[in-house]
Amino acid sequence: MPNCKTVIAYHGTPQQEDELKKVIEAHKGQAGATMPVLQAAQEIFGYLPEEVQIMIAEGLDVPLSEVYGVASFYAQFSMNPKGKYQISLCLGTACYVKGAGDILEELEKKLGIKAGGITLDGKFSLDACRCIGACGLAPVMMINDQVYGRLTPDQIGPILAKYQ
Amino acid sequence: MKTISELTALREEMQGRLALRHTSDFPIEATNTETYQRHILVCAGTGCTSSNSPAIIEALDKELKAKGLDKTAKVVHTGCFGLCALGPIMVIYPEGAFYSHVTVEDVPEIVDSHIAKGQLVERLLHKEDGNTVHTLPESRFYKNQMRIGLRHCGVINPDDINEYIGVGGYTALTRILTEKTEPQAIIDAVKNSGLRGRGGAGFSTGTKWQFTADAQSEDGVKYVACNADEGDPGAFMDRSVLEGDPHSVLEAMTIAGYAVGAHQGYIYIRAEYPIAVDRLNTAISQSRELGFLGKDIFGSGFDFDIELRLGAGAFVCGEETALMTSIEGHRGEPRPRPPFPAVKGLWQRPTLLNNVETYANITWILNNGWEKFAAIGTAKSKGTKVFALGGKITNTGLVEVPMGTTLRTIIEDIGGGVPNGHKFKAAQTGGPSGGCIPASLIDTPIDYDSLMAIGSMMGSGGLIVMDDTNCMVDIAKFFLEFIIDESCGKCTPCRIGTKRLYDLLCKITEGNGTLEDIDTIEELCQHLQASSLCALGQSAPNPVLSTLTHFRDEYIAHVVEKRCPAGVCKNLLKFTIDPDKCRGCTLCARNCPAQAISGQLRAPHVIDHAKCVKCGACIENCKFGAISRS
Repeated sequence: MPNCKTVIAYHGTPQQEDELKKVIEAHKGQAGATMPVLQAAQEIFGYLPEEVQIMIAEGLDVPLSEVYGVASFYAQFSMNPKGKYQISLCLGTACYVKGAGDILEELEKKLGIKAGGITLDGKFSLDACRCIGACGLAPVMMINDQVYGRLTPDQIGPILAKYQ
Repeated sequence: MKTISELTALREEMQGRLALRHTSDFPIEATNTETYQRHILVCAGTGCTSSNSPAIIEALDKELKAKGLDKTAKVVHTGCFGLCALGPIMVIYPEGAFYSHVTVEDVPEIVDSHIAKGQLVERLLHKEDGNTVHTLPESRFYKNQMRIGLRHCGVINPDDINEYIGVGGYTALTRILTEKTEPQAIIDAVKNSGLRGRGGAGFSTGTKWQFTADAQSEDGVKYVACNADEGDPGAFMDRSVLEGDPHSVLEAMTIAGYAVGAHQGYIYIRAEYPIAVDRLNTAISQSRELGFLGKDIFGSGFDFDIELRLGAGAFVCGEETALMTSIEGHRGEPRPRPPFPAVKGLWQRPTLLNNVETYANITWILNNGWEKFAAIGTAKSKGTKVFALGGKITNTGLVEVPMGTTLRTIIEDIGGGVPNGHKFKAAQTGGPSGGCIPASLIDTPIDYDSLMAIGSMMGSGGLIVMDDTNCMVDIAKFFLEFIIDESCGKCTPCRIGTKRLYDLLCKITEGNGTLEDIDTIEELCQHLQASSLCALGQSAPNPVLSTLTHFRDEYIAHVVEKRCPAGVCKNLLKFTIDPDKCRGCTLCARNCPAQAISGQLRAPHVIDHAKCVKCGACIENCKFGAISRS
C-alpha cells in the first residue's frame, strides 16, 4: 500500500499543534511512549505528515528516524490524508471467499483510484482492510462509520452515488 | 470494597436480580428478587452493532418510556450470542424468547405484545427447517456446543461489573488473596487442568506460568501480558470475549500476577476493535473502583494494575516477541528465541504472555476444579475451543465445542451446512499459518495434534468454509499476499522467500506455470520453514503445502490443462457466446475494451480468444444471457 511522503502541503492549525504538545507533555519520559503519541497525533491531524513527525521526535527527544520507523511500520499510521468519505473494504478471509475481490475491483473502477489512494477532489479514499469482524455480513465495507454488508458489485455504483 | 462479606452481600443481591435470566444452560440458583418483570437482552457485539443494534436499543428505551413500561422491563446490552448470521439478536427473559433479524420497526410490536401482554411475537422467533425455535438452547446451533470461554457472552452486561459479580465473578481472586493460597498451588491447578494456549501453538499454559514464576529478575520486576492482537483474518473469538466478558480476563490476569509474582499487566489489543477497547476501559476503571485492581487488593498487601496498549495494524505483532517489542514502543519486529519471554520479555524482565481465550478459561478452572476441566476433550487437548465459523456456511458465527469434536459436527450440525446447494470442498483453519482440510477428512476430530498431523493447525480458531466455487490455488495465493504485506522484513527468508513463492503461484494462476514450478515451490517452502526467524515466516508455507497435498490435481489442472476447475482464475477463463441466444445487438462488441468481439448487426457475435483480456465486460452488458465463462 502506498504510504510514502504526501504531496499535499501541511496545513495544521495552531490549535492542533497545541493539542499535540499537551499529549507529548503527558507522555514524556514514559517507556514506550512513541506509539501512543503517534496514535493521538493521527487522531488530531487525521494523518502523520513529516512536520508532525518532527514535532513528536523533538518533543519526546527521540531520533526522527525512530519516529518514522514506527510510523511507517504499522498499517494504521498514514502519511497521506484521508478523504472526506473513507471507504474501508474488508479483505479478510471470510469476505474474500465470498467475493470481496470483485467488490474491490468495482470500487477501483468506479473511483478511478487504487486501494490506498485518494480521489483528486479529496472526497473518497479507498483502503483494503483486514477483518473488521462483521463476518456474518460478508462481504462488507465501511464508509466512515456506516457499514454496508452482503455486497454485490452492482450495488457499488448506487452506494457511491449517495455520497456524490 | 475491602471485605469478603461486602462482596458476598453484593453477589447475593445481584444473583436475586439475575435469577430472572435463569435457564438450564446457564443456571442461576437463587430466588428471583428482580423488580422488573422482564429483561430484554440485545446483542451489542461488533457483528450486531454493524447490523444496527444500537438503534434498536435506543428505540426500545424510547418505546418503553412512552408506553409507561420502563419500570416493567429493563433493556440490557450484552456481548455476542454467537449467531452473527441472524443479527441483530434479542432475547427476552424469563421466557428466553429468541428473536432474530430484529429491526427498529419491530420494536413497537415487541413492546405492545410481549412486554405489555406477555404474548410472544411469533413471526420474529427463529425458524429452523420450517420449525419455530423458541429459545436459544433449543436451536441446532447451540445443542452441540459447550460454553466455557464464552460462558458469560450474551448472558450479562459487560459494562456492569455488578452483573459479573452476580454470576460468580471475582470469587476466585478474592478467595485466593484472602486465604493467601500458595502461588504454587494455583500454578499446579492450571498445569493439572491440561489447558494449552489458545493463541495457536498450544503450549502448556501451566508450564508457562511455572517458567515465569521460577525465572529470576534482577530487580524483582515481572510482567503479565495479554495478547489481544487477534490478527487472523476471519477470527474474532478474542474480540467477542473482550466485548462480552472483559472482567473474566482482568480477573485471570490478576490471579496470574499473584501466581508468578508480577504487579503490572499489559493488554495489547488491536485498535481496529473499538468496542472491545471501550468495554475494557470501562471494566478496568470499574474494577479499580471496587478494589479488584490497584494497591493492597482486598487488604492482602498484593498490588496489581493493568494498562491497555493499542496495536496499530501489524499482523506480526501477534507473535510474542514482536508484541513485546511493540509494547516497548518500537517497530514490531520479532527477536530470536531463546531467551523466551518467560525469562527475558518486556523490558528484559520475565513476562507471562497468554492470549485472551486462554485467560477466559482460568477462573472457570479455579472455580470448578481442574479435574472437571481435564475431563473434557481428548487425551492431549483438554477443555473446549472457540471457533469463528465463516465463509460459505449457513450459520456464520462463534461456536465453542469440546476438543475432539469432528469437523462434520461443526459444519453440518452446528453450522447448518453449505448454503445455496453448493458442495463442501474444504475448511481452512489457523489463518495464514494454517492449512486446508479437504472434504474427505471431514470426520477428523479437531484438536491440536490431529490438525497438525494433517498439515493444518489450530491457530487462534478461525474456521473458514469453502465450497466448489473456491479455487484452492487462489486461496493459497491470497494467504501469501497477506503474508507479504505483513512480513516485517527483518529476516531474508520471509521477506524475499514469500515474494518468490507468490510470484510462482501467480505464474500458475495466469496459465504460465510448469510442473517444475511445483517442485520449486515445494523446495522453497522447506527453506522458509527451516530458516525464518519467527513463526510468521516458518508457517507461511502451510497454506501452500496443505493445498498441494490435498488438492494437487487442481494445481495440475492449472499447469497442464491451463484450466481453473473452480472458474476463479481469470486468465484461465474462456468466454464464449452462445449463437442460439445471441441476438446480435452489438452491445458486447461496443463495450469490449480490447475490440475482441466481432459480428454483424442482428447476427450472432464471436469472441476472438487471442485478443480477449477476460475482463467480463461482455457478460455484464449482455441482456440475453448469451455469454458464458468456463
